Amino acid sequence: MGVITDIVIVVAAALLIGVYVSWRAGRIDRLHARVEMARAALDVTLLRRSSVALELATSGLLDPATSLLLAAAVHGTRSDGTDGGARPRDLAESDLTRALRAAFGQPDFRSSLSGKEGADELLGEVEATAHQVFLARKFYNDMVAVTRDARRRPLARVLRLSGNAQAPEFFEMDDSLIADKAGASLGL
Amino acid sequence: MKIGIACPYSWDVPGGVQQHIRDLAEALIEAGHEVSVISPADDDTPLPPYVVGAGRAVPVPYNGSVARLSFGFLSVSRVRRWLKEGGFDVLHVHEPGIPSLSLLACWAASGPIVATVHTAIPRSRVLLVTYPVLRTALEKINGRIAVSEAARTTLVEHIGGDAVVIPNGVATRRYRKAEPLPGWPGPGGAIGFLGRLDESRKGLSVLLKAFEILGPQRPGLRLLVAGPAGDADEVLHKVPAALRDRVVLLGQVSEEDKVRVLHSVDVFCSPNTGGESFGIVTAEAMAAGVPVVASDIDAFRQLLRGGEAGELFATGDAADLARAAGSLLDNRARRADLSAAALAAVADYDWSVVARDVFSVYETVVLGSTQVKVAAAGQDFS
Repeated sequence: MGVITDIVIVVAAALLIGVYVSWRAGRIDRLHARVEMARAALDVTLLRRSSVALELATSGLLDPATSLLLAAAVHGTRSDGTDGGARPRDLAESDLTRALRAAFGQPDFRSSLSGKEGADELLGEVEATAHQVFLARKFYNDMVAVTRDARRRPLARVLRLSGNAQAPEFFEMDDSLIADKAGASLGL
Repeated sequence: MKIGIACPYSWDVPGGVQQHIRDLAEALIEAGHEVSVISPADDDTPLPPYVVGAGRAVPVPYNGSVARLSFGFLSVSRVRRWLKEGGFDVLHVHEPGIPSLSLLACWAASGPIVATVHTAIPRSRVLLVTYPVLRTALEKINGRIAVSEAARTTLVEHIGGDAVVIPNGVATRRYRKAEPLPGWPGPGGAIGFLGRLDESRKGLSVLLKAFEILGPQRPGLRLLVAGPAGDADEVLHKVPAALRDRVVLLGQVSEEDKVRVLHSVDVFCSPNTGGESFGIVTAEAMAAGVPVVASDIDAFRQLLRGGEAGELFATGDAADLARAAGSLLDNRARRADLSAAALAAVADYDWSVVARDVFSVYETVVLGSTQVKVAAAGQDFS
């Protein structure tokens, strides 16, 4: 009788532990999936920002020097080593931010362009997409932080619950269009 | 002739384009022309009388590095005012492919325009993307100059049209006289080298090998080496310990000290193993009147008139270099002859000569044209 109770308790405990471990593993798996989704969302916002910036560059609203500067920065975010001069994605995207900041940071930039056909819409769109990048990157990095934390727990490490999945990396970049917030750290 | 020159880079930052413009402008002024240069510059930078500051250049990322450029509508209005007040007969823009003042000047002006391209533009696709915007500006150029064959190739491929190649000049006067560094060249003689220490094509290792031969034969002989290096100790370790204290590394030197270095040696050595299209450093040594020993690559052969204006040795051959340098060190009369021959030969490359070539391009584009005006197409932007 006592033996049977012991067996039942042991089996029940093993079962519970198994369920718990598999729940933890499942959670880590779900976190990785969500990181990937957040990353995809971030990529979309970055691409959207690039394409609006390019539209601004080719709109004819700006002087040719500013246009060329923006177009070159957009080009930098797209190049993937095929023409030799590739920069890592985070640096290239930061370059685009800084090029946009240089354009938008001119005194009276908005007022000098307002009234021109489509100018307000386009400038508004650039600012909106830039803000989306800021949000998407924040969400992505939050997910990365949670996931990395879950992977670092002792149980997850000992039982290798994350399997072969690579630890997600934070995406660091300069994404502020406002000069005084980010400019100092870059020496700009 | 009234000449307006646009410089894309900050006047207060040292650079090849700025130096080119300064030398060209001074040579043109000397030839009796009226020259005005517009350049980005900080307000408190002292500027030569012929330079008009266009305000502070803004550091922006461009092509993977941070460049200090002038752009935006404020720069446009400054350029336009400069064009209006200048009343130039010809506008000469430098590096119109860089998003800065030159491009803006080109865009805002109409009339005779000459453009000089200095460097190869690596990113052709950027130009293609923005071509509709740039086209208005670049199509106005009447005459194109490239400072090298490589620059000409880029221009032909990416912008279209052809260009005349007019190489950089040498401001020979600036090199003619200088005080040697204290204690140089010294009683035992000295050999000089200028250039990057860790770039194998500059050939310093050939010179160091030759010094292994020359050093023991000539107890007082020293080597004066100036130029940036990744690791100076590594360079010194290539020299046998006994000779090491006779090799003096100065590191990177200022423009003024460079001239002093040239005047501090008995023989200047250009041991380049290739990759030199003109040999500006060698030409500067010639302008200082220093006897030159150079490898017999095409550029030096031409510059030294096949050996008349300097001693040539078999490229990469340390023993031959030791022979050539040794014979010069032993023969004071030969050194004096070569010095005079070098000064005569380098006069062909003086800025006054180069400026004349540039001026003949101006004359060609001015024919049948009116003055430089502010373009009507540029008016709608303000």
